[in-house]
Amino acid sequence: MEQSAACGLHCTKINHIGVKFGKEVILKDVNIHIHCGQLTVIIGRNGAGKSTLLKAILGEVEHTGNITFMDMKENVAKKIKIGYVPQSINIERHMPTTVYDLFASCICHIPVFLKKDKKIYQEIKNQLKLFGAERLIDKSIGDLSGGELQRVLLSIATKPVPNLLILDEPVSGIDKNGTRDFYELVNNLKAKYDMSILLVSHDLELVRKYADRVILLDKEVMKEGTPEEVFKSKEFRERFE
Amino acid sequence: MEAIYGILETILPFEFMEYAFMKNAFLAIILISPIFAILGTMIVNNKMAFFSDALGHSALTGIAIGMVLGISNMNISMIFFAIVFALLLNFVKNKTNYGADTIISVFSSIAIALGLAMLAQSGNFNKYSSYLVGDILSISNSEILYLLFAFIAVGVFWYFTFNKLHVTSINSTLAKSRGINTKLIDNIFVVLIAIIVMISIRWIGILLINSLLILPAASSRNVAKNMRSYHFISVLFSLFSGITGLIMSYYWNIPTGPMIVLISGIIYFITFGLKKVVKE
Repeated sequence: MEQSAACGLHCTKINHIGVKFGKEVILKDVNIHIHCGQLTVIIGRNGAGKSTLLKAILGEVEHTGNITFMDMKENVAKKIKIGYVPQSINIERHMPTTVYDLFASCICHIPVFLKKDKKIYQEIKNQLKLFGAERLIDKSIGDLSGGELQRVLLSIATKPVPNLLILDEPVSGIDKNGTRDFYELVNNLKAKYDMSILLVSHDLELVRKYADRVILLDKEVMKEGTPEEVFKSKEFRERFE
Repeated sequence: MEAIYGILETILPFEFMEYAFMKNAFLAIILISPIFAILGTMIVNNKMAFFSDALGHSALTGIAIGMVLGISNMNISMIFFAIVFALLLNFVKNKTNYGADTIISVFSSIAIALGLAMLAQSGNFNKYSSYLVGDILSISNSEILYLLFAFIAVGVFWYFTFNKLHVTSINSTLAKSRGINTKLIDNIFVVLIAIIVMISIRWIGILLINSLLILPAASSRNVAKNMRSYHFISVLFSLFSGITGLIMSYYWNIPTGPMIVLISGIIYFITFGLKKVVKE
């Protein structure tokens, strides 16, 4: 195993997650274990329930089952800290929300409409720097390119450093190179911090290259394992070929 | 009150300030304008313009219900009904994934129709038709006090919850991941709008109240570059159009509400023209 900050002793368990909208079953008994230092990728067709699973984990949609976080070093359950990178945001061009405004709204209580706090400003700048985005701090969020926005959202999601980082990969607004950069950033995070990463992906080629574990979802977990195992499986071929 | 009147007369030694009703209207505008400007910023960001419009229309039903139940203070039944209406609307909006505007329109139409039907049936429509256009010149001292309370309440609420509302409006799942109770905060926000709209509706009128919420914020959004200037400019536009609207309505003998909205409208188109210059 390569040199890494992750200890491999933290485990996020997603137990028996089920979601129903009315009578329609969206997710059925989903069980996933995610270990720190691993990039776990969820793949599946449109409507397979990928985004719903993320929302259930974050508690935004009602669901059965639960999420536990274990520290196996001390063998105790802890409250989990989750960072989230959304697929898209509700922003139009020229909206008067700067990167600072959004970031400060997420991390502090001083109302951003009142003043720009110097200390917070510096903190945010330092965090953005880790993702090569410090020059964007005073730009309007609506004017960022897809790739720039991803960097900003990633830097927000990792402050403070979460136990579980959840990413919903963008499908539009980012070109092939942008997506590759995004995966590189995620890969660096994995090496640098002690956290588990759960990614919903739409780009199978990059999944093959970067994922440690792949989960094929279609309302329930159809297949899980290394990218090779999943990509060669009957369940995968039925859905993607 | 006398002390405040004295100050007003000293600062603004003009003819129109000699009348008590003008002084009262002036004070009311100074209190209402910033509230509307501030709430408006979030309403515009959340694309809720239609929502607040429907809320204003629900006032008619609130009045009618209050009348049927024999409540003497119409404010109480209006506020109560508007809160129920706002929460219901929010609930239905969150339950469906498509066409929020259609649902809001359905609610809005039913609220107007129900209010009109009930008022007309009891032969009271003419008595309450003044609510349609409103009359800020008839505001009384105690009513100004209510506005002062509302002013303070909105200020406190905004100070403590703005950041949370802001993240929620940008992406509610992101807000959830930061531990924000998005549903609760959204409901408190719409209840607050309901209360503010209802206590101001007699002075502004059902037909125009939404423009006071939307126009200053929408104009400010055209030129503002961050959240601070967005709020500041919105309050500035709102106060400017409120005060000049009041003064012009006095000299030109035009109802105050429409005059204020006309000025806000002109400001909107000016800022719309400036948008390209400022933002590119």
